[in-house]
Amino acid sequence: MSQKTEKLIDKKGLRLDGRKSDELRPIKIEVGALSNADGSAYIEQGKNKILAAVYGPRELHPKHMALPDRMVLRCRYHMAPFSVQERKSPAPSRREIELSKVIREAVEPAIFVEYYPRTAIDVFVEVLQADGSTRCTSITAASLALADAGIPMRDLVVACSAGKIEDMIVLDLMDIEDKVGSADVPVAFMPNLGVITLLQMDGILTHEEFEKAVNLAIEGCKKIYTLQKEALRAKYVSVKEVEE
Amino acid sequence: MPTFFERRQLVTPGDLLAEGDYVAGENTYKEDSRVYATRIGLVDYEDKKVSVVALRAFYIPRVGDTVIGTVVEVGFSGWTVDINSPYLALLKASDVLSRPFKPQKNDLTEVLDVGDLVVAKIVSYDRTHNPQLSVNEPGLGKITRGQIVRVTPTKIPRVIGKKGSMISMIKQETECHIILGHNGVILITGKSIEDEELAMMAIHKIEEESHTTGLTDRISQLIKKEKEKGR
Repeated sequence: MSQKTEKLIDKKGLRLDGRKSDELRPIKIEVGALSNADGSAYIEQGKNKILAAVYGPRELHPKHMALPDRMVLRCRYHMAPFSVQERKSPAPSRREIELSKVIREAVEPAIFVEYYPRTAIDVFVEVLQADGSTRCTSITAASLALADAGIPMRDLVVACSAGKIEDMIVLDLMDIEDKVGSADVPVAFMPNLGVITLLQMDGILTHEEFEKAVNLAIEGCKKIYTLQKEALRAKYVSVKEVEE
Repeated sequence: MPTFFERRQLVTPGDLLAEGDYVAGENTYKEDSRVYATRIGLVDYEDKKVSVVALRAFYIPRVGDTVIGTVVEVGFSGWTVDINSPYLALLKASDVLSRPFKPQKNDLTEVLDVGDLVVAKIVSYDRTHNPQLSVNEPGLGKITRGQIVRVTPTKIPRVIGKKGSMISMIKQETECHIILGHNGVILITGKSIEDEELAMMAIHKIEEESHTTGLTDRISQLIKKEKEKGR
């Protein structure tokens, strides 16, 4: 940070963008944004703009990678060169490779991977504009794209982050809060089953603070989950209306 | 033992459909005593069986299904056929030639080449092997003429209708010969292109409105109206 940190929380307890500590950024979700993909989703969470596309299940190439008893889930998280202030090299960075793995492992428990052995599902996550907690937003979008592709799933996966800024536990961190704040806890969650599929922590929190952050993130996940379901339904809403 | 949705209501993956002594049908799964949906679709409660009619799904081969596929590869002793499914199907040369097959003598591309369409039946398939096709039945084999329509594989039962009411009506009205592939590919051969186009339009209409009631009558009327116009 160039100059000494600006205040992240004002006297009224509001954050830089006017949110309360337990408030999410505004979210807009669209399912089926791409017509070429088998399934797709576009999500805007604050200034985050992320596109997810799913292809498959399909024959796996190279064939020796196929597994005899389950399908292979492949995931690519990629940030567009224009997604951040300073141009990002389009080549996959160490961070992107790691996030690809993180996203894959967060959505895999939701998929009935053993149903279609010897096949592969490809998930492409493209970050068009990044503003903190992109891994969470990506997971939310990826699971929607999977559901849109007709892949059998136990539940939709939702993800949301919580963190600590200026000794306060807050929900859904944005970029500056992540960089200046002291801790970040991304959580991915399957609300109907009550299962956490991703839990990370970057920074230092006490035991109590950590618990508070996780619970806050789960509350956030549940809120996003309703939006997620709504978006998935919206694509098929015409179907619902004409029912007898 | 409650159920949580009305019949034919739209559900998404993970929705709790029923709790208690229920049997998990298609596109659902049971954990402990709770039944959840695995796909987006419309719920159906039938006695103790809970199932979901999927709105989005892909074709999974079943032994005995008729499918229409595209040849994608010619090998030494057979063809690889894309049947619009996660798995590629195999068609053996000996099956098509129906006589002893000698790789030195017969050129397989003369019989079927890449890009050719075939109507075939699935004779074997399981989790460990790709589906195998056969054309050893009347009506099966290479497609030489007609039009192809592709629909979502889940909509095929609707195109057939109750006891084949829908498909037989279309056949009668348009005087076309129609072969339904269970993989969502439909072949229409008629006396004229106009007839074929009429049948194609009807099938597209069915796909769009597959979930509405009284569809057979409406499609029948639509075809009659279009026929009038054509004259």
